[in-house]
Amino acid sequence: MLCVAGTAPTDDFPLTVGEVRLGGEELVVGSSSLAVNRGTTALLAAAAATATELGKPPPVACLVGDTGTGKGSRKLYRHLTEFLPGASFGTMVFHYLQPIVHWQRKLQEVLGRLHPRPCLIADAGFMYAAKMSGAATLYDLFTPDAGELAFLADEEAPHPFYTRGFILHEENRVPDLIARAYRHGNAARYLLVKGRQDFLADAGGILETVDSPVEEALEAMGGTGDTLTGLVSALIDAGMDIRAAAVAAMRANRLAGSLARPTPATQIGEIIGHLPAALREVLAGPEGL
Amino acid sequence: MTRVSFFGFRKSTAGGTPTVRDVRADRGFLVFENTGEVLQAERLLTEQGWEIRVMGPPPEIRQGCDLVIEFPLVEELQILRILTAAKLSPLRTVPVTSPLLQPVDIFQIKDFGRWLMVRAANMKLTVDKETTVIVNVSGGGCPDVPYLAASLVGQRLTVAPAPREIGHTLCGYALQLAYEEVRRRCSV
Repeated sequence: MLCVAGTAPTDDFPLTVGEVRLGGEELVVGSSSLAVNRGTTALLAAAAATATELGKPPPVACLVGDTGTGKGSRKLYRHLTEFLPGASFGTMVFHYLQPIVHWQRKLQEVLGRLHPRPCLIADAGFMYAAKMSGAATLYDLFTPDAGELAFLADEEAPHPFYTRGFILHEENRVPDLIARAYRHGNAARYLLVKGRQDFLADAGGILETVDSPVEEALEAMGGTGDTLTGLVSALIDAGMDIRAAAVAAMRANRLAGSLARPTPATQIGEIIGHLPAALREVLAGPEGL
Repeated sequence: MTRVSFFGFRKSTAGGTPTVRDVRADRGFLVFENTGEVLQAERLLTEQGWEIRVMGPPPEIRQGCDLVIEFPLVEELQILRILTAAKLSPLRTVPVTSPLLQPVDIFQIKDFGRWLMVRAANMKLTVDKETTVIVNVSGGGCPDVPYLAASLVGQRLTVAPAPREIGHTLCGYALQLAYEEVRRRCSV
């Protein structure tokens, strides 16, 4: 089963653990509902849509409200350290959490003792914290965009805000940035790099490239990285190996984007509506389950 | 894509400093004009429950018999807002692990015709040039980003809240820089 830990953009959303389903344009978690927008709600919506399409159980969300003060994130870190030893998830995704190194390390101790070990996926703030704390190699998959890849490649930067210019200028040289991130131990076992071209890489270099269809407008749209992470997580949890899941997710996410005929003003909810059809088309191809 | 500098200096790299694996990799230093301001800021932040401590600065930024405040770096925007309201603005803030690092110093601009996208560090802000309505916020990973996006998208630049007023983190800080550049380019 897939578990996603993240935050909702409101301070009054209580810490909630429960199965997720899509109800119209809302995400229903236990007895609570939330609007689907960029962030963890978009990731969960994509994961839930994927699970439904595959006939798999819905993902479980560990969700709390946090508008950036870190209060909700701290509650969630604490809860996860207490909750996870008694749980058994096949795949765990950590998402928009405040990057706090000491809580990251406490959680890593718990994750290291889980048996069997789940597939560990990190994106957004939690990925920042994993890199900051020197624990990137403990994870199976990071899903950075091009800017975040530059941050992973910069062994000095504690946050993308401090990525050094000479590395940021290398952004178009993704293979070099990937190599640098691995050289300094700042990458997970696999990197899924989102951008004009999507890449899957490991310590040996780029394994897969997906570059069509191209929709320039998607670069401006908040949440397309979240849906990609949701897709790949649900596919891995459904039994695909990481490489096959990444290729299928990259293709389906790009196809859903194209089906929405996007402009830079398109919102992520419109993409999510096209994910089931895009996924069906991709899985009917050579990367199908 | 066009790139322009938004700080008037080039960044430096720190030599011989700890790596980001330092246990304090998520901490920063607040550097003040004098020790009196350090002590006032310490009292203010401690009263509000922040996890901070006063200490001597590392050699890279030492000016004399000075003190600095160590604070949670990611929450810089929120802490600066508190200090500014109390007229205790620091001279600068720097990461503990690499005190000579500077914030990312380039904007990336993409013109989609009707829409203009400005990226600062890891944050992108896109605006409709005809209406000046903010149509999308992309990038970032701190938890105030979805909140900032929900607060800004759909608002005209003239009425949208500034990210520095409602954001809390370094991602919010980066979005503020993009927001200022968009306003400048749209003559708002």
